[in-house]
Amino acid sequence: MSNLDSFAGFGRDATSVPGRVRIQTGPVVAPGANGAASREAGLESVFEAREVSVYYGRKRALAAVNLRIPRNRITALIGPSGCGKTTFLRSLNRMNDSVPSFRIEGEILYHGHDMYASNVDRVEVRRRIGMVFQKPNPFAKSIYDNIAWAPRNLGMKKGLDERVEEALRGAALWDEVKDRLKDSALGLSGGQQQRLCIARAIAIEPDVLLLDEPASALDPIATASIEDLMHSLKGRFTIVIVTHNMQQAARVADRTAFFSLDSAHGEPSGTLIEFADTEKIFSHPNDPRTRDYVSGRFG
Amino acid sequence: MSDAGFDPTAPLTASGNLRRRRVVSRFAESGATIAAVVAVAVLGIVTYTVVSRGAKAISLDFLFTGEPTGIGPAILGTGLIVLLATVIAMPIGVLIAVYLTEFSGSRVSGFVRSTLDLMNGLPSIIVGLFLFVLLVKPTQNLSGFAGALALAVIELPLIARGSQEVLLLVPSSLREASDALGVSRWRSVLTVILPTALGGIVTSTVLAVARAAGETAPLLLLTPAPIGTTFNFNIFEELPSIPFTIFILSEEANPEGFTRAWGCSLVLLSAILFASLGARALLARSRARMTR
Repeated sequence: MSNLDSFAGFGRDATSVPGRVRIQTGPVVAPGANGAASREAGLESVFEAREVSVYYGRKRALAAVNLRIPRNRITALIGPSGCGKTTFLRSLNRMNDSVPSFRIEGEILYHGHDMYASNVDRVEVRRRIGMVFQKPNPFAKSIYDNIAWAPRNLGMKKGLDERVEEALRGAALWDEVKDRLKDSALGLSGGQQQRLCIARAIAIEPDVLLLDEPASALDPIATASIEDLMHSLKGRFTIVIVTHNMQQAARVADRTAFFSLDSAHGEPSGTLIEFADTEKIFSHPNDPRTRDYVSGRFG
Repeated sequence: MSDAGFDPTAPLTASGNLRRRRVVSRFAESGATIAAVVAVAVLGIVTYTVVSRGAKAISLDFLFTGEPTGIGPAILGTGLIVLLATVIAMPIGVLIAVYLTEFSGSRVSGFVRSTLDLMNGLPSIIVGLFLFVLLVKPTQNLSGFAGALALAVIELPLIARGSQEVLLLVPSSLREASDALGVSRWRSVLTVILPTALGGIVTSTVLAVARAAGETAPLLLLTPAPIGTTFNFNIFEELPSIPFTIFILSEEANPEGFTRAWGCSLVLLSAILFASLGARALLARSRARMTR
């Protein structure tokens, strides 16, 4: 089990948080999960999920996920529909809190801090961990105001014009919109709207960007520009992307996590099957289920 | 042998009990149509009667001067009372709607919603009586202000429920977008959600105004300004109002008074009809903008 060396924190008993159940079973890692020791493993991690299980009401959506997301890298979450990828992603900035029946067990550490501790402020969490959604959701405001809205509300009012320009340049949208910043954002094409949403997210200089299938509503050309964009953002931000498109994961991600439905913990629920360097996941994965999925023989 | 009861090769004309079913269906359809026509006809007849009888009373003098011939003070009084009522009811109503859609849990929200619906059904004379006992009796002072408070109570549930319906139309993806940017919900409400829903909120307010402008019972109790008053801007005195003026004029056994009562009715009816129609047009526009 030398592959667990990189997860030295697992068995440690963290200070317990009242009101929250924590499973203390030590490392329960499916054979082959997390792959062999990776050359990325030495990197500082931004998120560390320990035995994370998520429930919606009585239904378990995600079972005992252990995962470390390295800093300033792109991590892709892939897997079939309903396997908990998006649930996991939305747990990383507490977007699931608004789902009434949502419940989480285990812990998610963000730079070593328990994200679900009672003193954690959700608004502060999201200020540091931005998110871009599947469907572009620009505000019914001008292009400029879409970007400037969050900085204004967060008190970053100095040099707003420069900030807006920088964000739009960062999202590779500046040249297309610089002459019509006052026009409604709703007049942009789908791909432009999605890049606008990315610009809006990076305008407040978050630490992490969570992308929930950001290109699934876009055509191949817009998708390609979003992927180029991710490459250019890499290094500045830690990016976690959920995608149904395996080629996309292979193209953009440094590390790839494969989720699937698994009955190892009772009823079928989303489970992390394997997490390793993208290259390894796609060329010689450890787990046969990963191999079936990435080679299209899933089911 | 199929048990469908028909011969699949027969021509495609009505067979079996289809003839009877069709008669029943026609009957129900015409009943429903007649009901709809009656509703439209009632409005048409009322409007026609008011216009035909009231039109001859209308003149510039009638609209813009005070007694003895004009109803200017009553128009001003109704304007002031309804304006004040709306200024009171609109912010509270919108805040209630914001609470219901953005902050409350579903159980609380259901309870508040039923409360508002009950409040909407409150007979206006009871609202008037309530304010009479609460405000007029202790201060010994009938006033336009008391009337405005009563109308505010009547407008409140309409504005709150109407705004809530519109806020529910604001796509939740916008809330997610602003949540994900680390901006507090209240700032999002103020700068994203309310502006998106503004058209609909204005609409429900205008509809509430239209309803309040015609309320008579509370004004009868709270601000029964006698005929023959002059222009008065002081809301803490008795203000004349159009509904009350109609009531007084039609109580008099005086043909000339009747004509003026019809004139007042025409003024009130057209104000309300235009407000409602305008509001609905506005709502349709903002709905189309939000849901596209």
